[in-house]
Amino acid sequence: MSDSPAAEPLLQITGLHKRFLGVQALQGVDLRLFAGEVHALMGQNGAGKSTLIKVLTGVHPADQGEMRLAGHAIAPETPLDAQRLGISTVYQEVNLCPNLSVAENIYAGRYPRRGAAGAWRIDWPRMHTQASELLARLNLDIDVTQLLSSHSVAVQQMVAIARALSTRSQVLILDEPTSSLDDDEVKRLFAVLRQLRADGLAILFVTHFLDQVYAISDRITVLRNGALVGEYLAADLSPRALVSAMVGREFEASLDGAGHIVNARASAAPDPQVPPVLQTRGLGRRNHLQPIDLQLHAGEVMGVGGLLGSGRTELARLLFGLDRADAGEMSLGGQTVHLQSPTQAIRHGIALCPEDRKVEAIVAELSLRENIVLALQSRMGLWRFMAVRKQAEIAQRFITALGIKTADMDTPIGQLSGGNQQKAILARWLATEPTLLILDEPTRGIDVAAKQEIMNQIVALARGGMAVLFISSEMDEVVRVSERITVLRDRRKVGELPAGSDESSVYRLIAAGSA
Amino acid sequence: MTIWRRLQAHALFWPLTTLALLLAINAVFNPGFMHLQWRDGHLYGNLIDILNRASPLILVSLGMTMVIATRGIDISVGAVVAISAAIAALMIGGKLIINDGVPVYESRFPMPLAIAAALAVALACGLWNGLLVARIGMQPIIATLILMVAGRGVAQLITGGQIITVYYKPYFVLGNGYLLGLPVALYIAAAVFAVLALAVHRTALGLFVQAIGINPVAARLAGVRERAITVCVYGFCGFTAGVAGLLVSSNVKSADGNNAGQLMELDAILAVTLGGTLLSGGRFSLAGSVVGALIIQTLTSTIYSIGVPPEINLVVKAAVVFVVMLMQSAEFRRTVRGWVFRPAATASTGSAAGSV
Amino acid sequence: MNAQVQPLPAAATAAPRKRRLLGAAHVPLATTIALFVAMGAFGSLSYTGFFSAQVFLNLLIDNAFLCIVAVGMTFVILSGGIDLSVGSVVALTTMVCAALVEHHHWSAAIVIPLVLAGGMAFGALMGVLIQRFRLQPFIVTLAGMFLARGLCYLISIDSISITDPFFTAVAQARLPVWGEEVSITVSALLALGLVAVAVFMAHGTQWGRTVYAIGGNEHSAVLMGLPVARTTVLVYAFSGFCSALGGVVFSFYMLSGYGLHAMGLELDAIAAVVIGGTLLTGGVGYVIGTLFGVLILGVIQTLISFDGTLSSWWTRIVIGTLLLVFCLLQRLMEARRR
Repeated sequence: MSDSPAAEPLLQITGLHKRFLGVQALQGVDLRLFAGEVHALMGQNGAGKSTLIKVLTGVHPADQGEMRLAGHAIAPETPLDAQRLGISTVYQEVNLCPNLSVAENIYAGRYPRRGAAGAWRIDWPRMHTQASELLARLNLDIDVTQLLSSHSVAVQQMVAIARALSTRSQVLILDEPTSSLDDDEVKRLFAVLRQLRADGLAILFVTHFLDQVYAISDRITVLRNGALVGEYLAADLSPRALVSAMVGREFEASLDGAGHIVNARASAAPDPQVPPVLQTRGLGRRNHLQPIDLQLHAGEVMGVGGLLGSGRTELARLLFGLDRADAGEMSLGGQTVHLQSPTQAIRHGIALCPEDRKVEAIVAELSLRENIVLALQSRMGLWRFMAVRKQAEIAQRFITALGIKTADMDTPIGQLSGGNQQKAILARWLATEPTLLILDEPTRGIDVAAKQEIMNQIVALARGGMAVLFISSEMDEVVRVSERITVLRDRRKVGELPAGSDESSVYRLIAAGSA
Repeated sequence: MTIWRRLQAHALFWPLTTLALLLAINAVFNPGFMHLQWRDGHLYGNLIDILNRASPLILVSLGMTMVIATRGIDISVGAVVAISAAIAALMIGGKLIINDGVPVYESRFPMPLAIAAALAVALACGLWNGLLVARIGMQPIIATLILMVAGRGVAQLITGGQIITVYYKPYFVLGNGYLLGLPVALYIAAAVFAVLALAVHRTALGLFVQAIGINPVAARLAGVRERAITVCVYGFCGFTAGVAGLLVSSNVKSADGNNAGQLMELDAILAVTLGGTLLSGGRFSLAGSVVGALIIQTLTSTIYSIGVPPEINLVVKAAVVFVVMLMQSAEFRRTVRGWVFRPAATASTGSAAGSV
Repeated sequence: MNAQVQPLPAAATAAPRKRRLLGAAHVPLATTIALFVAMGAFGSLSYTGFFSAQVFLNLLIDNAFLCIVAVGMTFVILSGGIDLSVGSVVALTTMVCAALVEHHHWSAAIVIPLVLAGGMAFGALMGVLIQRFRLQPFIVTLAGMFLARGLCYLISIDSISITDPFFTAVAQARLPVWGEEVSITVSALLALGLVAVAVFMAHGTQWGRTVYAIGGNEHSAVLMGLPVARTTVLVYAFSGFCSALGGVVFSFYMLSGYGLHAMGLELDAIAAVVIGGTLLTGGVGYVIGTLFGVLILGVIQTLISFDGTLSSWWTRIVIGTLLLVFCLLQRLMEARRR
């Protein structure tokens, strides 16, 4: 638990201002971090969380404002500065060097040296011993001479934390550390964090996940549009109040509204005469996905629930022709197909909105318009080129329909916010008028308001006759919107749940392991 | 003010300004530089000379632009030029035969066949590069490095280590002939430019190539046939190098396996970057590359006309590369703006509104 | 700090890695060495007189300059960059040496340190441009290549012969290895010495490890607080130094300064580094591999000259083919790992 209110905060930030790319990213933000506590930093996209972290860690200098560490004013100008001051950061992408060994990653920049003649030689044996000891503190027993890349993301994160500890940091910042971890790994991480908290470390924890915040943090600071909304004790703040603080309004009504929509649709049964839009029989790929049977009709929303690593994205990739199946078959509208590439899949009317939009979808320097028409143009081929005017027409249609906020459709898409980018990618696929739309984590990393809009879109599309496969790790979204939920665990399907199921039945099915 | 700003923002502004500047320098040092005459049934003058000599480089630069736009590079074009020149020269050669008492040169193989063979091999070289990059997944610089190293050897093999002289008159038309007053080489370059420009703007090729260059994974997931396009782009680059090889060997009436196309890949890359296309791929400018090639050729002529030893050419090219690179670097512009505007910034109070 | 711990979930252990004799990172190096041995064996079996200590030492003697330059290139490529100026700097160094020693009669004791410092400065300048302004190494070193060659020609179009006694003495010096028949030159010893120093730097110094880190993920290296800026500049400065040293050795070898020296040397250096097992993407590779890469290139030359029937341009073709094979191997290993 946090220290008594009388104690001085270890890290105190007052009145931080930062202007970034023409936008006021932070205005007058305060933050207090006490030793021996886990402090969560929350806010929607564009709230200023990452800017605040970057200023704290010396990546960018603040325009105005004061930072005090243990009473002394600080102004780190480089990441190395921040490290030396005792502020360490573990990023979402685990910024370490995959080609170096685990021990080296921990001690890079501060190698133990062998003195004497030969002066600056790096002392490898001592480094390995020390690294093993450090990792043992985190209850991790691995071969520290192996390359970092041979370990999972969860282990790599632990190595990053070990590095932070080896620098005798007083402040540990974790920037969305759980996005790539499964539940077991999250539990292990939190156990480590509790231990570090008990040792007196001040931990700043940036995350989107509401239940994780309540599981681990003592105090919560909420930012909105670059300004401070408030600092709260986790025990005193209800989830509803937290989300209101982040969004800035009461949104109960819309939530309930969505619930009603789903119930209304659940009764519509698929027409047995019409062949299912998608049917798979034993479709699988060795080491990726066990043979799976699926059936999806027009107008249906099928949710795919499962933990991280359970095979959801692998399923999407198989259906879209990104990976080649080596077992079973797939049929679309009654016809068997063997998809060998996304190009083929698109031609058959399948669309995939991928999981990692930055890497797999956004063509940053191209304009919003070009991004929207890209898939459609690919389907039309090289020769049947749409003139700019036609492109603009199509793009405008979706900009209006999805509510994409932009001054001009010729702005490079890289300049739009996360939520608008996601909408643009959704627009790209909707423009191809698919019969089957696969959405893989369509609401990841975007703010609550935009999430809601996208969820509404999904329901509307299904009502319009599109078959939707909805993959998300946010189980509450999945159960809210789907008519049926396919549950995956450890790369195989363990069962199917009907509409109206709640989250706990999904988890029970996953835990049980088989239908 | 706004017209000036809009003009500056145009992609071709800096390349054209540089070219104009160079021509102006030439005109100053060499009063007869801009002079055009009509002689021997065609236009004659320094400008025409530049256009003629620049044509091979224009061709190679066009091919290089497409490759660079897909985030690749092709450093083997010089070797391909040499190979193409060698094949054409070998197949044409020129035997002296007496025809009714008149000595006439005859080509060893029909000229169209020789030209077709040379172009086919050049295209094959390009496709080979494309396969290594797109199917095997090699880094473009190493994939094309292989052909660059081995290709010279191959060219030498074809010519047998000798310089093959071509005697067959009709072949010279390519590099030395004139049509309606202008060099044939220019027409060839213009034709290739026109076809490419049409392909880029009237088909989805431009959009696809840019998407591939900016984010190849996203392009693939959006259904762009990324592999096929990449292979074709490298193939086209090889093809243009082949045409350039024909022009070069026709112009000097010989093929030198060792020296033909020497350093041409570097000139081509330079032309493309001068034209405003970034080496990191994505948006590209065909017209810019043409202007870039003209700049480089004009540079060579400028150096001659100033009366400076031609070896300076390399130093000047280096300086030009440095300047253009620095201009294209956002970091550099930021630093310069920092130098220029800092006095003003400290005078004003409040947040330093970084003009980022 | 104490390890007092609440009951944690089962200790996280990575799947036990089989202790392999040949770690994944070592396979390329092993392949290179194996290839060298194989080629040597082939030559010894096919040609009389091939299997002799002197022939082996000649590999080093004839390619000492390439070895030195390639060592510098190794670090550049390990950091994820490339240096196309090395051949031109070699030529420029020979030219400056020749001009200063022959035309201005400066002593070698002044000239040699001067050109070494000059090479280092030249490299450092390129390094600053690359690092400070985020310019691409390819294009910056390309410009450097133009510049250095151009400066060569500015000094003199024709070659300048070196008759200075120090240079000729070193060029002719032969240090016996054992007996009278087997000897080695100063240059070759210099090359071996540089390799040894480089191996130490790569594995025992902060700078060397930072080079690997930058090649692995530059962004991470920055965030880890490593001195990326300084290291990058030093990498190119070191390459410039090696090019200059290679130039000095080259001038011992050719006893002349000429603008046309070392044409295409950068390609040979890159080939040696790649064949030596270093990935062009950076972060993976060993300096000792480069030594073997150079030896392999030397063996190819020797094999062809022993054969006598093949013309010299076959060397280019064979090197190109080897490059192809090694790159395909690298791709194969990468694909299998994934």
